[in-house]
Amino acid sequence: MVLKTRNQYRTVEVIIQNKPLARDPEGETIHRNLVLKGGYDLVTGVRAGKLLRMTVQAESGQEAENIVRRLCDDLRIYNPVAHSCEVRIVGKEDRITE
Amino acid sequence: MPQVAVVQYPGSNCDLDALEVLQKIVRVKTDLVWHKQLTHDNYDGYILPGGFSYGDYLRAGAIAAHSPSLKIVREAAKAGKPVLGICNGFQILVEANLLPGAVLRNANLRFICKWINLRVDNNKTPFTRKMKMGQLLRVPIAHNEGRYYLEPEQIQTLEKNGQVVLRYADNKGDTTMDANPNGSLENIAGICNPDHNVMGLMPHPERASQSELSPYNNAEGRLIFDSMIETIRERNEGRR
Repeated sequence: MVLKTRNQYRTVEVIIQNKPLARDPEGETIHRNLVLKGGYDLVTGVRAGKLLRMTVQAESGQEAENIVRRLCDDLRIYNPVAHSCEVRIVGKEDRITE
Repeated sequence: MPQVAVVQYPGSNCDLDALEVLQKIVRVKTDLVWHKQLTHDNYDGYILPGGFSYGDYLRAGAIAAHSPSLKIVREAAKAGKPVLGICNGFQILVEANLLPGAVLRNANLRFICKWINLRVDNNKTPFTRKMKMGQLLRVPIAHNEGRYYLEPEQIQTLEKNGQVVLRYADNKGDTTMDANPNGSLENIAGICNPDHNVMGLMPHPERASQSELSPYNNAEGRLIFDSMIETIRERNEGRR
């Protein structure tokens, strides 16, 4: 007999960026040399960062978010001295696995 | 007789340079140890060399910081043994939380490879004891992520504890903005832990330890290794 289980796969995004006090030369360069030069004066700042998109098997969005938040702290996915780390749920997907 | 380990990570590329300086110039027994094979704290001192461990993925040093070798290095550090991190080795020590702060991307967003001056701001550490206070060392840097960062209020604590060991300076020894190649906070190039036995620096002393290999015909980099080995000898004698 094959047991079918229904798993929900949640997509969780992790956004890592420099804290406001730690300068972000990449964001500054994009802002100065692309955005402002392109005439978008209303854009007053750009911060560059890193995005990790994780697929997590979890019962609920909250559970997936909690798992990812814990792993970010446990495994030092970001350096708390210099970075901020934002975790957010972006979607879910149902898959049947046998 | 002192025995030192140079720990090799996937992507280390200054490991052999460090090994050569220790074996042939400083003349100390040194092993090149693959990080997964470092399972016992049998050495008197450890060097984490430069390079690009794990492709610098996620962040320079962030993945190597989880290597089991760091457990051994941590034990050694706790036991008071000298641990030196050079360039990527410095980044690994920071990411492993053996040293405070963060090492971020260079302010000019470029890989910088050039000779700079280091000013000795603490000559009482196991890595600088053979130097004079304020002495200038000419050594090269070669990195993309070398901008030392720490929350400003913590810099004072670092300073008070004598943890700021080396700073980028001009030829007169002034820590000017022009002499700061990568935008490091307060021109910081090398720091140590509160106990002073773990030091990390972005420049490459192993590339400035043989005068025939230096465009300036100097070998001041070796003072760091000489100091480290002298410390180890003293520690070993103290134990006898």
